[in-house]
Amino acid sequence: MSKTRHGEAREPLVHLSKRASIPPLKAWGIRLLAIALGLIVCGLVAFVLIEKLGQHPERIGDFYNAFIKGSFSTSRKFWKFLKNIAILLCISLALTPAFRMRFWNIGGEGQTLIGVLGAIAVDFYLGGQVPEWLLLILMFVAALAAGTLWAVIPAIFKAKWGTNETLFTLMMNYVATFLVGYFLVIWVPSGSSSLGKLKYGKLPSFGNDYLLIILIVLALTIGLYIYVNYTKQGYEINVVGESVRTARYIGINVNKVIIRTMVLSGALCGLAGYLIGAGLDQTVTADSVGGQGFTGIMVAWLGKFNPLAMILTAGLIQLLNQGASQISQDFDVSGAFPDVIVGIILFFVIGSEFFINYKIHFRGHHDHGTGKEAVK
Amino acid sequence: MEKELAIQLHGITKRFGTVLANDHVDLDVYRGEILAVLGENGSGKTTLMNMIAGIYYPDEGQILIDGKEVVIRSPKDAFEHKIGMVHQHFKLVDLFTAAENIVLGMETEGRYNIREVNAEVAKITEHYGFHLDPTKKIYDLSVSEKQTVEIIKVLYRGADILILDEPTAVLTPQEITRLFSVLHRMKEDGKSIIIITHKLNEVLEVSDRVTILRKGHHIATVNTAETSEAQLTEMMVGRAVSLNIDRPEPVNPQLLLEVKDVTVRDEEGLLRLNHVSFDVYSGEILGIAGISGAGQKELLEAIYGLQKLEEGSILFHSEADQDVVDLRQKSLLEIRQLGIHLSFVPEDRLGMGLVGNMDITDNMMLRSYRAGRYGFLNRKAPRKTADWIIRELEVSTPGVTTPVRRLSGGNVQKVLVGREISQTPRLLMMAYPVRGLDINSSYTIYSLMNLQKEKGVAVVFVGEDLDVLLALSDRILVINGGAVTGIVDARNVTKEEVGLLMTKTDTERKEEVQ
Repeated sequence: MSKTRHGEAREPLVHLSKRASIPPLKAWGIRLLAIALGLIVCGLVAFVLIEKLGQHPERIGDFYNAFIKGSFSTSRKFWKFLKNIAILLCISLALTPAFRMRFWNIGGEGQTLIGVLGAIAVDFYLGGQVPEWLLLILMFVAALAAGTLWAVIPAIFKAKWGTNETLFTLMMNYVATFLVGYFLVIWVPSGSSSLGKLKYGKLPSFGNDYLLIILIVLALTIGLYIYVNYTKQGYEINVVGESVRTARYIGINVNKVIIRTMVLSGALCGLAGYLIGAGLDQTVTADSVGGQGFTGIMVAWLGKFNPLAMILTAGLIQLLNQGASQISQDFDVSGAFPDVIVGIILFFVIGSEFFINYKIHFRGHHDHGTGKEAVK
Repeated sequence: MEKELAIQLHGITKRFGTVLANDHVDLDVYRGEILAVLGENGSGKTTLMNMIAGIYYPDEGQILIDGKEVVIRSPKDAFEHKIGMVHQHFKLVDLFTAAENIVLGMETEGRYNIREVNAEVAKITEHYGFHLDPTKKIYDLSVSEKQTVEIIKVLYRGADILILDEPTAVLTPQEITRLFSVLHRMKEDGKSIIIITHKLNEVLEVSDRVTILRKGHHIATVNTAETSEAQLTEMMVGRAVSLNIDRPEPVNPQLLLEVKDVTVRDEEGLLRLNHVSFDVYSGEILGIAGISGAGQKELLEAIYGLQKLEEGSILFHSEADQDVVDLRQKSLLEIRQLGIHLSFVPEDRLGMGLVGNMDITDNMMLRSYRAGRYGFLNRKAPRKTADWIIRELEVSTPGVTTPVRRLSGGNVQKVLVGREISQTPRLLMMAYPVRGLDINSSYTIYSLMNLQKEKGVAVVFVGEDLDVLLALSDRILVINGGAVTGIVDARNVTKEEVGLLMTKTDTERKEEVQ
């Protein structure tokens, strides 16, 4: 056998190692790079899928411009952008305490929808019969109570019998959706099953139609940031999330924390439902929440469950959403195209986390970070 | 020496991120010898051996077998070169028999015939003097039998070079003696045995040569016959260390805790503690000895308030008003609120005692967060405790905001013990307080225990190293299968006597009573 140097002959082509830590600047660099790559891939996909763009490649600038245009071209669009962020952020904030506790509440959609239903039910039956201010309060109470109920049922089952919260909360979404359908049939006997905008129960607006909602969510963001970081309850949530055994060891009543936290989570989802029902729609459909209960999970996750960081992630997602709809408008393509674009970019953003957590070594390269990281 | 070289390592280097686990290590192993690889935790012993066994791939350096350079990329490659490793944590399928586990994953010609395997396994067993029934299922085997399965698994695959990673950590003194005699027989058979350990007396007892690693560097390789415990320690630690453990006489011992007839069942209804009774006095160190899983964990957790008692009582004698409190009736939180200072350092430090992702301050707060005003946290006091621990126990950490999981094992334990001591306990319970710690950290913990003892604290600790238990404790409680098999005076007992008590079964105990 000929003598070969060890490293080159048959070393595996690539191997991965977990990073101990990464400077935050570098981590953000990787994330931005991922978004840039995602946008490039979006452009390539657009060339293939969009006829207009395929024939007029010079319009590629318009393609990327649309992302800005979608949210910033008019003040109406800008306010809508802020409103969309606020609603999505509100749902994400609601999920945050549960997620910090490692309670995988994927029922945000249903908890919010049932909140809308609660508010609109009160509106439907009492609208015009009680003063508007009282109506709004009653709608608020109903929305929060409904959201809480939807969240606390899986929590009790989890605490008492150890049921799987992921499946349970997921199933509760469907129950909520069908419950809305059920009430629509009762409320609108004509058969159209469309309730239409109700006359009463609208949150007052000042300055801008959306300003109140935006301020409420902003206050909630700050409040929740303080709650999870600086209160005893927030601390207990963190300990339970990190290790149930440690929590028991220091005498935390784990079941109590689970239920208490889910009450909060559900009530905040109910609040989001109230903002949608009383603040925006004055009606309810099975699609009132429009999947934001699920998008909210991603917002919370990408924001590392930090309420302040989640403002950015919610902003990114709504920027993409509005940009992508602008593209489908400008280039006259199917309404499904925006989803493709958002999907591609999120794939890159989520995928970039892998490169933040792991380092890849290629055959023959032996710098292994010692030099580089030591200098930094 | 005309001995034949089996395996040679030249300049082996391995890095994990910025950590240099092995730095240009050279090592020779001969045929028919037992080589001990000695080093503290984190010295790179296991990493080095894992590279021979194909678990890791070296960044630099060469491995030569019988003088020829080889590339070992996987455990399969290692077996082709007749190298086999027995890991510290067994990798066995519980529902399979011993023989089935032994052939698992082997690709052989012809039909699978378990009878032939059984016969072959029995032959190996007899040849080397193991005790094992190949048809028994793994869940019916004791820890030492499981280890036997792992060793035979390697021999069955035809290994000539055996690597044993801390094989004695889970064994009783009697089982260790038996293992060593088996190793001797293998050596006479011409096999090379590499045994990783950090216990000096075992090195001196079993090995022909010793290789000492320190912080990833090869320090020296010496003939066992020409060295001493003191010399080995010095090479291992890097400076002379006094290996004596102090044992001050208890001062004014008072009855503090009476454990009476405590019986505990686990969730499956299995008996974990069987009518356990003993007393604990202030100002003494009570050691608890037993083979692993004998009920040590349940016992400490029962006293601490984490286990539901089926029977029995735990009486705590309060100092001030001669009050006696039965802890059984109280929840963990109620016990705390009564001002009964119970501190507990659990076995699972990062999974139970601390939160790995939190920094030292937030980990201090585990005990004190309830003190904050109006539902808010007060980080000032815990921050002070954190600073105190870092200063007094010489915790090396990049800063108070570093998550504790990033600290080394010894520093993690210092943080945990420090927090528990800062509670000014009257009873301090510790489960395996020095497991995985290097010599320096271990001695820090021992002296902390003695310091507490001198302050009049009752210290109850579960240990696995009998030498330490015998040197440090005033009395030793021995349990087996959840029952007390003896309470002995640690000053007048031998390791072998304790070892016998550790394996004494219930029936033997009953016969004695009759």
